[in-house]
Amino acid sequence: MTYVVEVNGLTKAYGDVKAVNNVSFKLETDKIYGLLGSNGAGKTTIMHMISAQQFETSGSLRVFGEHPYENNHVLQQVCFIKESQKYPDNYNVRDVLETAADLYPNWDQQFAMSLVEEFQLPLKRHMKKLSRGMLSSVGILIGLASRAPLTIFDEPYLGLDAEKRQLFYDRLLEDYAEHPRTILLSTHLIDEVGTMLEHVLLINRGQLLLDEETDSLRGRAFSVSGTAAAVDRFTSGRTVIDRQQLGGLVTASILNNPGQLNGQAEAEANALTVAPVSLQQLTVYYTRLQNRDSVSSKGAK
Amino acid sequence: MGPAMDDTRPIFLQIAERIEDDIIEGVLEEEAQAPSTTQIAAFYHINPATAAKGVNLLVDEGILYKKRGIGMFVATGAREIALTKRKEQFYEQYIVSLVREANRLGITAEQLSDMIKKGAVQQ
Repeated sequence: MTYVVEVNGLTKAYGDVKAVNNVSFKLETDKIYGLLGSNGAGKTTIMHMISAQQFETSGSLRVFGEHPYENNHVLQQVCFIKESQKYPDNYNVRDVLETAADLYPNWDQQFAMSLVEEFQLPLKRHMKKLSRGMLSSVGILIGLASRAPLTIFDEPYLGLDAEKRQLFYDRLLEDYAEHPRTILLSTHLIDEVGTMLEHVLLINRGQLLLDEETDSLRGRAFSVSGTAAAVDRFTSGRTVIDRQQLGGLVTASILNNPGQLNGQAEAEANALTVAPVSLQQLTVYYTRLQNRDSVSSKGAK
Repeated sequence: MGPAMDDTRPIFLQIAERIEDDIIEGVLEEEAQAPSTTQIAAFYHINPATAAKGVNLLVDEGILYKKRGIGMFVATGAREIALTKRKEQFYEQYIVSLVREANRLGITAEQLSDMIKKGAVQQ
């Protein structure tokens, strides 16, 4: 099987600091991937390397089977929409769209113009006079209308209101259904986009924490509350990913043991109050867990 | 956008449940065409692959079947299959938690049974 993206031991170091540290994953054809993680986790650096805007320090990187650096055959199949995109000073919206139309072989002009209308973009306005939200809309429009076999969106909705974000999600899903392609979307808004993602990659401190089907993470964790003694009895031998105490009351979040999803029923039978853990909350717990582990291992040195 | 999905349970299971609900309530009749995965994905605002997984689950259970080149249809006998499945889940999903809460509040089995009868009359 050939993958759209295949990275192995990918590392980007700035002096002693490893922005991306030994990351390996594969992106399959025509899936929507979420790249999740805190600020500074290394998401943007990974996307920059995939799109040949930064060079890796070590590790291997294949995009459509080849190294992307100065590789036109690969790069014309990749559309990278980044939040900090710079445009020539004298360009207006129309100029940018015309350039994009030349750049991407699958560009759909009719689709682009319908998006111009829906996102209410002024074609003659200079790019430097656009609001933050409008700049984001231009990026989203290019990302959608280019129909690139690999489309990468790096936090593409800065300054966009809820209605326009919803419009982006609706058009993305619709167009993806008709023209499947591989999409990599980095985001903080997991609650908002979670249902669109088939697969998630969670990055923290330059390392890959999770590489899983989104649906398999739902219901992975749950929280139990009760007296400290009852909670601790129940959680012994289980993986606790979070624990909060209020007086004698303890709430602990735990992972279901692999292959069995009946932890909740068992907790209820033990008179504990059970609540689900959302996908967003789960990624927060995983991230905190790793941060805590790395702090304690540093302390041990 | 369609009714929101619960983000704490696998989406494909919820899709399968909602189609079953429509079949049980008669919104989707047997031998009627079921919505396509594209329609489901757009309506519920979810990934089409996830929608397809939910639909395929119902195919495996004999609730939906595929007509090549046309789409998915509700099988004859689908309502019975869905009902049987739900009745099996009913005890675990409702009765167990009902009895547990009743115990906590000191409601006896007899009082509980009376309440259920009263509730049934009012419905």
